[in-house]
Amino acid sequence: MAKLIHPRRALSTNPLKSSAPLGAALVYLGIARAIPLFHGSQGCTAFAMVHLVRHFKEAVPLQTTAMNEVSTILGGADQIEEAIENLRKKAAPDFIGIASTALTETRGEDVPGELKLILRRRADFADTQVVYASTPDFDGGMQDGWARAVEAIVTALVPEMTERDSDLRQVNLLCGSHLTPADIEELVRLIRAFGLEPLVLPDISTSLDGHVSDDWSGCSQGGTPVARIPDAARSAFTLAIGEQMRGAAQIIEDRALVPYRVFQSVTGLKPVDALVRTLMGLSGVQDPPPSVKRDRARLLDAALDAHFHTGGVKVAIAADPDLMFALGTALASMGAEIVTAVTTTPHTPLIDRMPCEQVILGDLGDFERQAAEAGAQLLITHSHGRHAAHRLHLPLLRAGFPIFDRIGAQDVCRTGYRGSRAFLYEFANLMQAQHHRATPQDFGAAPIPEEFDHDPQPTRH
Amino acid sequence: MSDALKSKIADVFDEPGCDHNVNKEERQRKKGCAKPLTPGAAAGGCAFDGAKIALQPIVDVAHLVHAPLACEGNGWDNRGAASSGSERYRTGFTTDLTELDIVMGHGERKLYRALREVIEAEQPPAVFVYATCVPALIGDDIHAVCKAATQTFGTPCIPVNAPGFVGSKNLGNKLAGEAMLDHVIGTVEPAETTPYDINIVGDYNLSGELWQVKPLLDRLGIRILGSLAADARYKQVAMMHRAKVTMMVCSKALINVARKLEERYGIPYFEGSFYGISDTSEALRTMCRMLVERGADAALLDRCEALIAEEEAAIWAQLEPFRPRVAGRRVLLYTGGHKSWSVVAALQELGMEVIGTSVRKATEEDKGRVVEIMGDDKHMFDNMAPKDMYRLLKEAGADLLMSGGRSQFVALKAKMPWVDVNQEKHEPYAGYMGMVDLLRAIDRAVNNPMWEELRSPAPWDTPLEQGAILPAHRGACPVTGVPAAATARPVTYAPGEAAGDLPPHAATVMPNGAASLAEAPPSSVTPSFPTSPTLSPAALSALPSSTTDFEDC
Ligand code: SF4
Repeated sequence: MAKLIHPRRALSTNPLKSSAPLGAALVYLGIARAIPLFHGSQGCTAFAMVHLVRHFKEAVPLQTTAMNEVSTILGGADQIEEAIENLRKKAAPDFIGIASTALTETRGEDVPGELKLILRRRADFADTQVVYASTPDFDGGMQDGWARAVEAIVTALVPEMTERDSDLRQVNLLCGSHLTPADIEELVRLIRAFGLEPLVLPDISTSLDGHVSDDWSGCSQGGTPVARIPDAARSAFTLAIGEQMRGAAQIIEDRALVPYRVFQSVTGLKPVDALVRTLMGLSGVQDPPPSVKRDRARLLDAALDAHFHTGGVKVAIAADPDLMFALGTALASMGAEIVTAVTTTPHTPLIDRMPCEQVILGDLGDFERQAAEAGAQLLITHSHGRHAAHRLHLPLLRAGFPIFDRIGAQDVCRTGYRGSRAFLYEFANLMQAQHHRATPQDFGAAPIPEEFDHDPQPTRH
Repeated sequence: MSDALKSKIADVFDEPGCDHNVNKEERQRKKGCAKPLTPGAAAGGCAFDGAKIALQPIVDVAHLVHAPLACEGNGWDNRGAASSGSERYRTGFTTDLTELDIVMGHGERKLYRALREVIEAEQPPAVFVYATCVPALIGDDIHAVCKAATQTFGTPCIPVNAPGFVGSKNLGNKLAGEAMLDHVIGTVEPAETTPYDINIVGDYNLSGELWQVKPLLDRLGIRILGSLAADARYKQVAMMHRAKVTMMVCSKALINVARKLEERYGIPYFEGSFYGISDTSEALRTMCRMLVERGADAALLDRCEALIAEEEAAIWAQLEPFRPRVAGRRVLLYTGGHKSWSVVAALQELGMEVIGTSVRKATEEDKGRVVEIMGDDKHMFDNMAPKDMYRLLKEAGADLLMSGGRSQFVALKAKMPWVDVNQEKHEPYAGYMGMVDLLRAIDRAVNNPMWEELRSPAPWDTPLEQGAILPAHRGACPVTGVPAAATARPVTYAPGEAAGDLPPHAATVMPNGAASLAEAPPSSVTPSFPTSPTLSPAALSALPSSTTDFEDC
C-alpha cells in the first residue's frame, strides 16, 4: 500500500537507526559463551558498547581488532588472528562472532578467505567457533546487520543434509532484531504449550534478560549453545519471526531441507492466530491448551476495552521495518491511523504492506517534522524520540533500540496473545494519561469574562 | 593521513606542559602518549570520540559529523553535559554517508550540501565539522570544504580533524583544542573586559558541575569570560584570548590550549580541581592570587580568604550528620586520574576507610599525594581486571565502589553498592556543596536495606528441614494430558518429625527475620491430607495448603 519516500538531502538530523555491526553484535550475544568482535577501529566498538550498556544495563563483552590507519591499508588478517588469540587467552569463549565495519569494508579485504587460512593454520583455535558477517555501517541499519549475522551462523554451522531426518517435536525459532528477551520468552512458552521444543536462534532471552549470576564471565551469560546449532538441521520446521529472518530460514531449508514460514508480525490478534494455527498443524493438536485459549479470550476483551482509545488515533511511528510493521499493523487493526512512518532501511518488502500512504526512509528529524504536520497524537520510537515528544507535547511510546531512559526494556513483551494485550493496554493508557480539559473556547464560544471570577483563571496548555 | 594532520599530531604529542611527558626520554616524548592497541584487548573511544566530548559542551554550535552512520548513530545524545541555554548541541547532525557516496567519491559534495542545509535550518553561530575514519581514508578534504562553505554562507564552518583511527580519546581532546586555537579563539572581541575575567577549560563531562562553583565566583566578582567547558557558548570560545587567567579544571586533556593561550596571548594558567573541600579552596586561592598578579585589586585576596573560611565552616557543619552513617565504611576507588585525592581526604575526615585506589593514569606527583594522604603506597593498584575486581567485591573486601561507568556492573553484579564518580554521571559533586551531594549519594548507596536482602540466601540454599512436604499432584497436565497419577510422588515428610519439635506455625525454611511474614492463624489450614498418614495434626498446622494443581508445565 505505502510507497517509499527517500528525501533528497545531504544532512541527516538525529539519526534513527543504529548501525549494522551493532545488530550483528547482538546476535552474537545470543549465543552461549560468545564474544562479538568488531573488525575495525576501536572507537566504533566503544560507541557500540556504550549504546548496548545503556539499553540493557549490563556489562557487555564486545571487542575490537583495533585497526589503525596503517593496518587498514595493509589489511587486517594479522589483527584478526591476534584478537582471536587474545580473546581465547582471556575468556576462553566457545564462539567468536566477527562483524566488519565501514572502515574495513571501505578498504575491501577478503576477510572470509583470510579467516579460512587463519583457522586452517591455527589448529589450536579449534575449540572456538569463529563466524564472520559482512556488516558495513554504510549499508542499512541494525536490522540488516542482525540478519547478516544469523545468516552467517547458519551457513557456517548447519550441516548440509541430503535427506530428512526430523525430530518431529523440534522446531527452529529464528528471532529477528525487533524481539526483546521477553518477546522471545513468550514465543517459547507458546510453542512449548503445544508440546513442541523450540531451538531458538539467537537466544538473547537467556543472555540479555538481565539476571545476576554467580560468577563473572568475560563472555555472554546465556544464549543458544554452539553445539546445539547444528541440530537445527533436524528440526521439523522453521518459524522465522520477522521478514528479516527469511534469508536465514531459506538457508536452513537449502542446506537441510527444513521447510519454513515467515511471520511478518506476531503482534495483534490475526498475526498471533496465524502462528497458533501453524503450531496446531505442527503438533497435531486440534484443541489448544486452555491457557492459550484463555489468553486469546483475554486479548479479545482487552481489544474491547482498548478500542475506545485506539480508534481514530493518529499515530507516528519510527523504527526498523519489522518493528514498524508489527506495531503499525496491530494498531491499524485497532482503528488507529498511521499518519507518519519512518524507517531505516529499504531492504524489505514490508514497506509496500504498511497500512499508510507513505514510508519515509529517514531520521528522527523527518519523523518530528512529519508528525507535527500530520497532527499525530502519539509517537512511537526509541528513547532518542524523547526530544521530539517534548517539543511536540506528545506522549511517547518507547519501542525499539536504544531505550536508555527507562529501565526494564528487556522485559517489555509485545508478542503473542499476552504481549499484544499488554501492548494495547500500554497504548490506551498513554492516551488516557493525556489530560485535556475542555473550555468554552474550544468550541468557539467566548470565555467567561474575567471580572466574574473570584479565583484567578487557571493557565491552560 | 594528510601531512598537515601528521604534523599536528606530532605537535600535540610533544607537550611540554604535561609533566607526564617532560619526564620522558626525548625519543619517547616525541611519541607522546600513543600506545599501540592490542587487538582483542582494547578499550576506550577513538580520537573522534575525544574531540566530540571536548567540544560538544559548546551548546549553541551545530556539531556535524562527516561519517557513515556508526560514528554518530551510535554515539549522539549520550553525555550528561548540561546547558542553561541553547539545546542545539543535543541534536545529532551527520552526513550519514552511504555506500554510493563512498564509492562515487561524493563525500565532499555531500558535506558541502549538508553544511548549507544545517545553516539554513538552524542559523547557528558556527558549525563544527568532525572528520572520521572513512572520509579520511578516501581522502575527503574537510578543510577545503569548510573554507569554501564559510566564504559562501558567511557562517564559520570549523574543521575538527581528528578521525578515529589516529589515536585515543585523549589525542582527540587535544586535536579538538588545536582546532579551536587555529580557527576560533581570537575571532570575537568582548564588549568590555575586566581584571576579573577568567577562562575555564576542560570541565566538559559533568552535568552542570560548573554551576555548583559559579556562585563562589560570582560572590568574588570573578567572571567566566572564556570557556571551553560545560555550558559554553561559541562566543565564549572565540573570546578566550581576552581573559586574564586560565583555569584548567581537573583534566590535562586540553593542556595544549592552556599553554598556547599563554604563549600567544600571555594568559597564565593553573591546574585546579573543584572536587573536594581543600582542592576547591586551593583553586579559589590560586585563581585570586593570579588575578591580583595580573592587575586585580589586592583586596580580592582577603575576600577570597573570608569566603573560604565561611564556606568551609558551613560545609563541615553540613557534612557532620553523615559521619555516623558512613564512618567505618570501606571504599574502593577506581577512577582514571588524579582528580579525587581531595575527595579522598574529605571521606577519610568523615571516618571512611579508603582501602584502595587506582593509579592508572596518575603521574609520579599524583602518586606522591596518594602516599601523603593514605600513609603508604600499599593501597595503590594499577589496572584491575573486571574478574578480579568482581571477586574482591564479592568477597566483600569493600563496602562501596566509587568508579566510572565502566565498572558499574562489576560492582552491582557482585551485589556491592556503587557510586558514579566519572564521565556520564548524572549528579554533580563539585565545589563545597557538591560534597554534600556526594555524601548523600554514598549514604543512600551503602545504607540501603536492599543489600542485605539481596545477599541473603535463596530459599533453596538451605536444605529442607522438618515440616517439608511434597504435595500430591492432582488432575492432569493441560498440555500433555498426562494424568497426575502417572507422575505423582508419594507425599514425603522430613525425618524426625515430632509435634513437639515444631513451633506451632513456624516457617522453618525462611531465613532469619522473615518468619513473621509467614505467620498465619493456627486454624487457617485444615489438617486433611488424604495421602499422608504419618502426619500429626500439630505439625500440619504449620504447613501451607498443599492442594496445588498443575499450574504450568
Ligand atoms: S573509530 Fe572511526 S569509524 Fe569508528 S567511531 Fe571513531 S571515527 Fe567513527
